Amino acid sequence: MTDQAIATKTATDDIAGLDQHDTLMRRLVVIYLPLFVFVFVLLFPFYWMAITAIKPNHQLTNYQDYSPFWVIRPTLEHIRYLLFDTSYPGWLWNTMIVSIFSTIISLAASIFAAYAIERIRFSGARVTGMMIFLAYLVPPSILFIPLAFIVFQVGIYDTRLALILTYPTFLIPFCTWLLMGYFRSIPFELEESALVDGATRWQILTKIVLPLAVPGLISAGIFAFTLSWNEFIYALTFISSSENKTVPVGVLTELVRGDVYEWGALMSGALIGSLPVVILYSFFVDYYVSSMTGAVKE
Amino acid sequence: MSTTIENRRRVAARSGTPILSRLSESRNGLGLLFMLPAAVFLLCFLTYPLGLGIWLGFTDTSIGRSGIFIGLENYEWLWHDSVFWLSVFNTLLYTSVASVLKFILGLWLALILNEHLPFKNLFRAIILLPWVVPTVLSALAFWWIFDSQFSIISWVLMEWGLIERPINFLGDPNNARASVIAANVWRGIPFVAICLLAGLQTIPQSLHEAAALDGASSWQRFRYVTLPLLTPIIAVVMTFSVLFTFTDFQLIYVLTRGGPVNATHLMATLSFQRAIPGGQLGEGAAIAVAMIPFLLGAILFSFFGLQRRKWQQGSAD
Repeated sequence: MTDQAIATKTATDDIAGLDQHDTLMRRLVVIYLPLFVFVFVLLFPFYWMAITAIKPNHQLTNYQDYSPFWVIRPTLEHIRYLLFDTSYPGWLWNTMIVSIFSTIISLAASIFAAYAIERIRFSGARVTGMMIFLAYLVPPSILFIPLAFIVFQVGIYDTRLALILTYPTFLIPFCTWLLMGYFRSIPFELEESALVDGATRWQILTKIVLPLAVPGLISAGIFAFTLSWNEFIYALTFISSSENKTVPVGVLTELVRGDVYEWGALMSGALIGSLPVVILYSFFVDYYVSSMTGAVKE
Repeated sequence: MSTTIENRRRVAARSGTPILSRLSESRNGLGLLFMLPAAVFLLCFLTYPLGLGIWLGFTDTSIGRSGIFIGLENYEWLWHDSVFWLSVFNTLLYTSVASVLKFILGLWLALILNEHLPFKNLFRAIILLPWVVPTVLSALAFWWIFDSQFSIISWVLMEWGLIERPINFLGDPNNARASVIAANVWRGIPFVAICLLAGLQTIPQSLHEAAALDGASSWQRFRYVTLPLLTPIIAVVMTFSVLFTFTDFQLIYVLTRGGPVNATHLMATLSFQRAIPGGQLGEGAAIAVAMIPFLLGAILFSFFGLQRRKWQQGSAD
């Protein structure tokens, strides 16, 4: 044990004693090279998506005469086809409507629920909090069959309303769980002094708690919007007519026809469908990260 | 729950004043009022369907025809169904291999990002992209990358002279399994890496310094300082990761639809296939219900992971 400890000690001392150049080499191999490989692998599919979207058809599969990694005379033909000759704009619109409304509904319901669980502390609040967490763990892939049954019986099959009403099932648990963490971080004293000054619960919530929890609301809202935009299995099951489809379902079920794949149009569809969430994400990276890690850390 | 309902009845019965204002005076009444919107949604569209799903598993309901109770017949049928067992095997294989890979690669990436790097935030933002983009749309890109004739991977390998003809990524059972796992790992690494990075950043630097002063090598510092402190968050992150991987649907549906010859059918995709295009809602529901025991196992694991974390932090609540 002691021998080993001494041996490693001298080893570390050696490393510390080496000159700057060697440490740089070591950092290059141990850190920058793997990082480069990771970034390359994680980003390559997006590059491939983008380059395919602007490649003219004759270059798409002709790897002999044209390098597959580059494009000569890029074209907007695929995007034009997508926007003017298919129902793609309608799918974008549907996805937007569904995502916005389900996010607003979930956020509103979650604010009240999280505040009640964290601050009103009614009897059974802790159990309710635990149930919310469990609800978050129920995956859509075991709910879609009975939900399809319900959606059909209620008579909202093949409408956007079906999606707006079912998306909150996975958004509310997540948003509530996240907001509970934010509300917990707001000092009790602020609320107490407001109570002493004669504020009602409603006033406390709207005038004190919510303004302080704005970062949490942004995080939850962005995350909920992204989750609804990405949702697939409910939209695939509950929607049948082309004009009501969302982007992921529409691209997959309507643009893939027969055996001849129009890769250019497919990849433009994937690219344009990803852009709204990527743009939103790029503006709010920190909020996004904090909501993702917050849900896990709590 | 029951106490709040009793409370409401009592308050409503006691006086003629509007229920709303009476309710908001008591703590429990106000709590109930605030919980109401979320509770209505979750009871109608989560708890009820969950129960309904279990019930449907005991019936022979099909699309357009309400079924009758047939007991365990669906499950007996599945018990003798080799495709179902193949899907169970595939799901376990897919979940275990993908989760292990996501964990190792994700932890590695988190450790790299935890070093002092220029443009660290930029890297973090870029790395999360695969997780942000809709799965179906990135899976379409993988579909094109895995094309049997014009795959870019095959082309590069052929240019380098490593292979003779294009790899049949999605047409051969084992290749198809490897391909979908690769695509899943690609999408899952960012989640694991960023969550573990958040955990790494909470470990005080002073512990590392103390260990280094005591002569610990970098491996020993990782093994005896970083890893034990990271274990609770690893437990939670991996539970989520396992849960999402186990119930995965989108990726398989886009890339292979369960083929070739059911080699990549997961329980979720098989359930969809039998219930929606096949019309056998009862049988599909039974397959979905068969996933629940596995999920419960993962949730219990997560619960104990959380408990241990609370205990380690010495928090009372």
